[in-house]
Amino acid sequence: MANTTKSTFITNLPKIYGGYAGGFAVFVIILAIAEQMGLPQKIIGYAFVFLTIAVYAYIGILSRTMELSEYYVAGRVVPPVFNGMATGADWMSAASFISMAGGLYLTGHAGLGYVLGWTGGYVLVGVLLAPYLRKFGQFTVPDFLGVRYEGNTARLMGVVVLFCASFTYIVSQCFGIGIITSRFLGIPFEVAIFVGLIGILVCSMLGGMRAVTWTQVAQYIILIIAYLIPVIWLSTKLYNLPIPELTYGQALKDIAALEPKLGVVKPHVGAYLDAKGQFSWTEFHNFWALVLCLMVGTASLPHILMRYFTTPNVRDARMSVGWSIFFIFLLYFTAPAYAAFAKLEVYSNVIGQRINELPVWVQNWSQVGGLLTIKDVNGDGILQLPEFVINQDIIVLSMPEIAGLPYVISGLVAAGGLAAALSTADGLLLAIANALSHDVYYKMVDPKASTMRRLTVARVLLVGVAIIAAAVASTRPAGIIQMVAWAFSLAAAGLFVPLVLGIWWKRTTSAGAIAGMVCGFGLTLFYLIATRYFDMPLWFGIRNISSALFGLPVAFVVTVVVSLMTQAPSKEMQDFVDSIRVPKGELAWAKGTVHD
Amino acid sequence: MADLTPAQRDAYWRKTSRLMWTIMILWAFFSFVVHLFAVQLNSISFIGFPLGFYMAAQGSLIAFVVLCFWNAIGQNKIDKEFGVAED
Repeated sequence: MANTTKSTFITNLPKIYGGYAGGFAVFVIILAIAEQMGLPQKIIGYAFVFLTIAVYAYIGILSRTMELSEYYVAGRVVPPVFNGMATGADWMSAASFISMAGGLYLTGHAGLGYVLGWTGGYVLVGVLLAPYLRKFGQFTVPDFLGVRYEGNTARLMGVVVLFCASFTYIVSQCFGIGIITSRFLGIPFEVAIFVGLIGILVCSMLGGMRAVTWTQVAQYIILIIAYLIPVIWLSTKLYNLPIPELTYGQALKDIAALEPKLGVVKPHVGAYLDAKGQFSWTEFHNFWALVLCLMVGTASLPHILMRYFTTPNVRDARMSVGWSIFFIFLLYFTAPAYAAFAKLEVYSNVIGQRINELPVWVQNWSQVGGLLTIKDVNGDGILQLPEFVINQDIIVLSMPEIAGLPYVISGLVAAGGLAAALSTADGLLLAIANALSHDVYYKMVDPKASTMRRLTVARVLLVGVAIIAAAVASTRPAGIIQMVAWAFSLAAAGLFVPLVLGIWWKRTTSAGAIAGMVCGFGLTLFYLIATRYFDMPLWFGIRNISSALFGLPVAFVVTVVVSLMTQAPSKEMQDFVDSIRVPKGELAWAKGTVHD
Repeated sequence: MADLTPAQRDAYWRKTSRLMWTIMILWAFFSFVVHLFAVQLNSISFIGFPLGFYMAAQGSLIAFVVLCFWNAIGQNKIDKEFGVAED
């Protein structure tokens, strides 16, 4: 694409995506009218799943490219606001969209650890990393480690950490895609995963980062509309004000008033309580440990960091972090409202009712295998709270029915959940495949490979990794949110210290960084595997979703101590670090470093 | 790199570091310190919410958004001051 057409494309972006959002609204309205005229629910489900995937595929095919910088970093033309939206979709996965509000419903204040941990990390990204990685201006995160720590050992360590974290993460996303597709298309879970796989691949295979960027913007628009509409509707219905973030304070009060009557010992808003409702230091420590691991993990996950490689310059990279967290914030500060409204509805209209007179949505969902169970334990015909068990993954999906909304809104929510899972899966897939094709194949195996060959290898790896991830997900290894939290801990322990110290502490040596990565990542991996598969007792009661709590300080101390024991980096390397710190000007490449 | 003398470069980095530490301290405050007192704060009511719950659900999040934009704008000012902003 020539420069002039590129710039008209960029200036037209607001118009293009505005038109797209409008078109989507018209599509929803038409389906809503059709529903009133008797269109079967099954068709509505199909329409949402297939039409949205078709749109993403269309964008993906339009964005096909044979240029390296387009494939790896979207040509570095993405404006900050749009990169913010793309990052929002890249970031918010099935865990945020489907599971988080459900977790808040079940655990109350403890669930807010996720809300905090998955937002505050952007402050670290924006202040410590994004602008400097943008100035560095190469293709991948391991690229930075390879240049700063002079050699393929650091690069390879980076690839290993990236692979372990991103692969764990992508398996959980394939799992989420399988759940949604199987429910709304009515096909078996194992088949649904591979249908979803096609949805992932059409977005990324032909156009790499360029295609993923522009589909992610489209996916953000759908997922945010789908998340906000049901909860705004419910807020208006309950409190006559369409701002759920303000009105759910009243819902929390109403819940608190009902809790003693229903025999709830653990209040929704109570902080750091154990199952008996007593203050617990273990809960307290697990809360801040989780917040820390998720935040540091945010600033270490390569699929997020590489989004800031795509902005035109350093200033835009910084601004784009602000827009990213703003777009993410819109969903995250609404999630607790979702949880509160659902809980209030259950407490006031479900519990205490006669079991044969329950609302329709309860009856509908209790027929879907095992996600909502109702058992009349004492046989009195009336539902008590312990007799009602709801799975956290269906709170958001069942919300439209809880609120008594038309089925078209259920379809919309499914499309939103699918957009969230697909966009994250695409970002992760690209991060893994790029690291393998660029860092391992091109930098280590065949540095003389032609552009054509590099792009072919990148695409073959992309498809290969996607198929393996889907195959692993079809074995249902663990819950979505748990797998995601592991990915964060692995990335945090392996990458945060070498990246941040590499920029902010010139004295960091290659030996120090490598030793720190090996020890920090190794310890975290050990803790995770030993506690999960070998019944090792927890250290200080810290759950393994916060494994990085141990690996992170070890990585930091080892890096600093070994760096101080080894010879300081060369003058040239220090000049190189200096040139990364200043937005303007050329990079002062150290001698012997390989770069494009 | 841009034409900064070593002294200017050090001054530039000192200012950048000061902004970094300011924001990091506020980040730590809103990420951890406030929530250490969630139990006590919950006895205070703020726009209809128990304050401890509110800070974790909304207050800290708003602070994070502000901090990110503050960092971007503050660093732009420093860049302009030293003439190293991009064109």
